[in-house]
Amino acid sequence: MLCDNCGEREAAIHLTQIVDNSVTTLHLCEQCAAEKGVETGASVAKFPLGDFLASLGKGGAAEGGTATEVACPACGGTLHDFRQTGRLGCARCYTTFEPHLRDLLRRLHGSSQHVGERYAAPAAGAPAVAAEEAGAGREIGELKDRLRRAIRDEDFELAAELRDRLKVLE
Amino acid sequence: MIDLKLIPDGGLGWLDASGPMANIVLSTRVRLARNLDGVPFNVRASEAERRQVLDDVNRVWQRSPLAKGGVRFLVDELEPADRLLLHERHLISKELATAATEKSGHSHAAVYLAGSLGLMVNEEDHLRLQVFHSGFALSQAYADLERLDRDLGAALPVAFHQEFGYLTACPTNAGTGLRASVLIHLPGLVLTKEIAKVLQGLTQVGLTFRGLYGEGSEVVGNFFQLSNQTTLGKAEDELLDHLGKIVRQVVTYEEQARQVLLRDAPTIIEDKVWRAYALLRYARSLSFEEAMNLLSGVRLGVGLNLIPKLSVYTLNKLLIYTQPAHLAALDVRALRDSEQRAARASYVRTVLDEEAARAG
Repeated sequence: MLCDNCGEREAAIHLTQIVDNSVTTLHLCEQCAAEKGVETGASVAKFPLGDFLASLGKGGAAEGGTATEVACPACGGTLHDFRQTGRLGCARCYTTFEPHLRDLLRRLHGSSQHVGERYAAPAAGAPAVAAEEAGAGREIGELKDRLRRAIRDEDFELAAELRDRLKVLE
Repeated sequence: MIDLKLIPDGGLGWLDASGPMANIVLSTRVRLARNLDGVPFNVRASEAERRQVLDDVNRVWQRSPLAKGGVRFLVDELEPADRLLLHERHLISKELATAATEKSGHSHAAVYLAGSLGLMVNEEDHLRLQVFHSGFALSQAYADLERLDRDLGAALPVAFHQEFGYLTACPTNAGTGLRASVLIHLPGLVLTKEIAKVLQGLTQVGLTFRGLYGEGSEVVGNFFQLSNQTTLGKAEDELLDHLGKIVRQVVTYEEQARQVLLRDAPTIIEDKVWRAYALLRYARSLSFEEAMNLLSGVRLGVGLNLIPKLSVYTLNKLLIYTQPAHLAALDVRALRDSEQRAARASYVRTVLDEEAARAG
């Protein structure tokens, strides 16, 4: 069967979607599926955690050879450890290895953007910020950058304030 | 040996088959994975940190109205046989049942049980909240769990990332941390050989299937656990809705398959289910797998109204109590394999005899 999109290559991914009780099936070759950003159960199955983790080392090499040896400042865990065990060392690892994990989460889940319930910290005394919807997106981006810098510089007071402001905006 | 009577309903409230579609869908389980902010995940946490997690959670749990009438088991204090017993009731994970012994020092792992709610502490994640319901009851189950999640989250700092959501030790659980699964009995689809197509279809719509005991377990007795594969990028209610829609469809397929069997091969089916019943009623030695397969046949017979006067509750009970640790709890001699088979057959006979006597 040929790909529904390019009509040239053999279809390898068969995406079945159920929307409002009607079933549609799309047959795509791997290249077109990748271009469309399709992450299906089939492609997930082709990238089991172990294989993907094993490939992390190679990707890391391209970024300077020692990416897998960078240790998380909070728990000391490295990508190498993660590759061995399949488990991260702490919550901070998600920030330390953010690009790698974003990539991994996209492959595993088809998305890295959480849209479900949001955690509200206990006794959150966050100041109310009047965020206008239009400008909020850009402001969030800026705040995130400042937050990252603050964490890197270990200015935790500022980081906490920035995090609270982000929470209100988001 | 722990006193299982301490557990509300023995943690087996779902056995009563009171839930919707309880003949085909045995139970609904939903779990949420949570970690405390600022504490390493369990693989890297020190003994002192694990202890701190348990102390913190304990304080919050005691205050929660949801914990009323509940119990706590400290895994370090449980005999291996008791851990297995709780695992066979799906109250603790295989990891907690087996791994606690391998860790140096104390694991400080615990399980809290109250009503249909459960809370595992210091498993792969600091917190695993779970709920069990009889039959097909995703939204009711999740509603209970959400209350517990809110109670815990209101008092404990939870690891949360603005983009990635709730953070978990394994990235396969990140985002919502939600895994919903239904335990479903599909003999019709297996007998009509449609099952491969259905299972393949499941993986294409982002669901996954497992055996009776979850991850890595084999499918026995035509019992399947269907659950969501992904936990990130969709909201909780979307994940539940999606699973619910597909399960409803699978149940419809199963019912159709059963009708086909009854229409095209009534004698064969009737013979098959009654043979299964006869073997269970009179056999003197039963392996676990054989018992599961025979129970599957009898369950099909009850579902098709071919075997009257046998309740789904009894079938559910047999499913749980014929497991190795449960038999050993009734009779320590059942720890040895050959005697275990005899003990299993004897237990099944007794239960079925009693049921038959009651039915007159």
